[in-house]
Amino acid sequence: MNLTGGSLTQTSQANERTIVVVVENKAGLLARVADLFARRGYNIVSLAVAPTQDPAFSRITIVVDVKDDLLEQIVKQLFKLIHVVEIAVLGPGDSVERELLLVTVGTTKETRSQIVELVDIFEGTIVAVSNDQLTISLDGKPDKIDDFGTVLEDYDIIELHRSGRIALPKIGRSVPRLRAV
Amino acid sequence: MSLEGTELNGGQALIKSLETEGVEVIFGYPGGAILPVYDPIIDSKIRHVLARHEQGAGHMAEGYAHATGKPGVCMVTSGPAATNVVTPLADAYLDSVPLVCITGQVAMPAIGTDAFQEVDTTGITRSVTKHNTLVTAAADIPAAVKEAFHIATTGRPGPVLIDIPKNIVDAGNPDAYFLWSYPESVDLPGYRPHPGPDAVSVARAVELMMKAERPVLYVGGGVLKARGAEVLRRLAELSDIPIVTTLMARGAFPDSHELNLGMPGMHGNYTAVMAIQQSDLLIAMGSRFDDRVTGKVGAFAPDAKVIHVDIDPAEHGKVRRPDVSVVGDCALAMEMMLDGITKHGGSSAIASHQPWRQKLSGWQEKYPLTYEQSAPGEYLKPQYVLEKLRDGSPADTILTSGVGQHQMWASQYWQFEYPYTWINSGGLGTMGFSIPAAIGAKAGMPDRTVWAVDGDGNFQMTAQELVTATMEKIPIKVALLNNGYLGMVRQWQELFYDERYSEVKLTHDMPDYVKWSQAMGCEAFRVEDPDEVEVTIAKANEINDRPVVIDFRCHSMENVYPMVPAGGSNDEILVDPSQRDRHVDPSQRDRHVDPSQRGDFAGKGER
Repeated sequence: MNLTGGSLTQTSQANERTIVVVVENKAGLLARVADLFARRGYNIVSLAVAPTQDPAFSRITIVVDVKDDLLEQIVKQLFKLIHVVEIAVLGPGDSVERELLLVTVGTTKETRSQIVELVDIFEGTIVAVSNDQLTISLDGKPDKIDDFGTVLEDYDIIELHRSGRIALPKIGRSVPRLRAV
Repeated sequence: MSLEGTELNGGQALIKSLETEGVEVIFGYPGGAILPVYDPIIDSKIRHVLARHEQGAGHMAEGYAHATGKPGVCMVTSGPAATNVVTPLADAYLDSVPLVCITGQVAMPAIGTDAFQEVDTTGITRSVTKHNTLVTAAADIPAAVKEAFHIATTGRPGPVLIDIPKNIVDAGNPDAYFLWSYPESVDLPGYRPHPGPDAVSVARAVELMMKAERPVLYVGGGVLKARGAEVLRRLAELSDIPIVTTLMARGAFPDSHELNLGMPGMHGNYTAVMAIQQSDLLIAMGSRFDDRVTGKVGAFAPDAKVIHVDIDPAEHGKVRRPDVSVVGDCALAMEMMLDGITKHGGSSAIASHQPWRQKLSGWQEKYPLTYEQSAPGEYLKPQYVLEKLRDGSPADTILTSGVGQHQMWASQYWQFEYPYTWINSGGLGTMGFSIPAAIGAKAGMPDRTVWAVDGDGNFQMTAQELVTATMEKIPIKVALLNNGYLGMVRQWQELFYDERYSEVKLTHDMPDYVKWSQAMGCEAFRVEDPDEVEVTIAKANEINDRPVVIDFRCHSMENVYPMVPAGGSNDEILVDPSQRDRHVDPSQRDRHVDPSQRGDFAGKGER
């Protein structure tokens, strides 16, 4: 079964924008954010959530694929959620972005060394091995993950899990941090 | 008496918190999970109005809030009660009504177990509230109440729901007790209602206002929420800019004022609709470009520059991209605009609106609201009833309405001279709104005459609240415009579904509205003859010790005009058939309908 659905290489698109939302760490907050996207018809490309250095707040990183005017409306609607404290919209140029890929690939005597070589090239890690399978961990920029996915498509992908994107502004780069109004 | 430092249980603390917030009246309905909170109500000075359905309690709280400007409070139990109150919450959300709704919830250990009368209330109401919260400890109740009132009444107002599990208010639970204290401020780092309009954008707005030749002030409900009627009048008079008042803003500017063009939109009058269409500057003041006002958005006010003043940043650019965006409170913005105009030289420095005003008065003369009086032997014309009701009632009468034809006629034919005299369901379009909203309004403003204009379909949805009115001695008056049909749907079927009438017939006499009203403790009259309308209204206005219902038997086939067909451009407005130009639309004017198709609609056959 191919769990990638052929979409592995299609995650980094031209209109993709990363919205970093700092929220008060309240029960049901993720549901509020997800519900807002669902009821207003905004599509989420990827989502990552975890507490910040201050456990009273969490950072939600949402990747959306929208045009500018809709992005503006999404940000404004997000601010209407009472527990949303700060929002930053990050473009690829002014942020450091990372994703994590875990993938289990079926191997044969012929393909095993080829795959190991590819993992080396991409600076990934083999985290589990059996006679006929390898599990690979790879982190990096979204397009690097895309590229690795493309070369893996020649092999037997058993199972694949790609994390939501997380992002921080580049040091020294001023990113407008929008405050709740 | 201060209870600071006294040990209270959660139920006592909840009621004490409401008292601290200055709540005068709770509209509610008790039940299992909220029982512990109903016990301390007995000892409270807060009045509790026992509705007959939780939806009624919610609309009463809305009516109270509309009429008084204070937040309405409703309280119901868990499960089905919480789902019954979803409609009023959605109604309040769409019309920006400050509301605090308290729902009981099953005890915390039972949450998530599909317990008796358990629903995920915060989940269900998330998309129809400004905010909601599930309180999980008795000691958190005061802060939750404080925050709810703060959020409901600041910024763009709206409904806030507090879900209270039974165990934290239970007098028998030792963990439900804590030392009472009420917070002095709220701790909401993510909630900062917009401080005020910024001077630069107001200055840009004023520049456009000084030189516009065909300006229109497009006034919405936000002006009333901002308590801005008085400054609006000063701004209009100084700037000589004509005003249209949307369905949510009727009363924000006196209808008798020469600058008031009336209501725009799908059933707005010709002049108000066309003034917007042909304006060169549209100043949207607390209005939100609702589809019922804009019609086809691409064809809405095509030549106008737009100044948008609204406290909710998300309304700016949501439908129409403004040329100048003023985020903030409407009343503050209008004060700043007044200052700006004065600094620019005042009214004498404003471009002349004379040709524009002449054009507008030409339209007003050519296309006034009009209807044909019923022929002898026919049932009443609803417009005639409303004219008589308007003329026979005090000028500061509070008028509430349900949803449908009667709502549009009420808005069209009433003369609103004061703010907060018109209460209706604009955004959600909730049938059955008028009777409970009238009860809430009258509870808040007991010295005012309150008339609920209702349709027969609407009446059957919430009439049981007349029992509440009788029992609680809240003497509202109901003008039932009974046309025997779901009139607005029937009108659409006539105009857009080739007169194929599907499931819209109710009949005038089933149920017998007079007997039904009498059974609920009301004085009730039936009027069929135009000559009886005035005298019966006078009789009803004399009765102040119980609710009154007048069953006005109205003509079934009357249509609301003007009308902009749904999805059409405002330029396609259909005026009353008597005003249609033969050359433009002969088919409408001379349209003949086979009498056999009309059957029992025919006026004379009705009685």
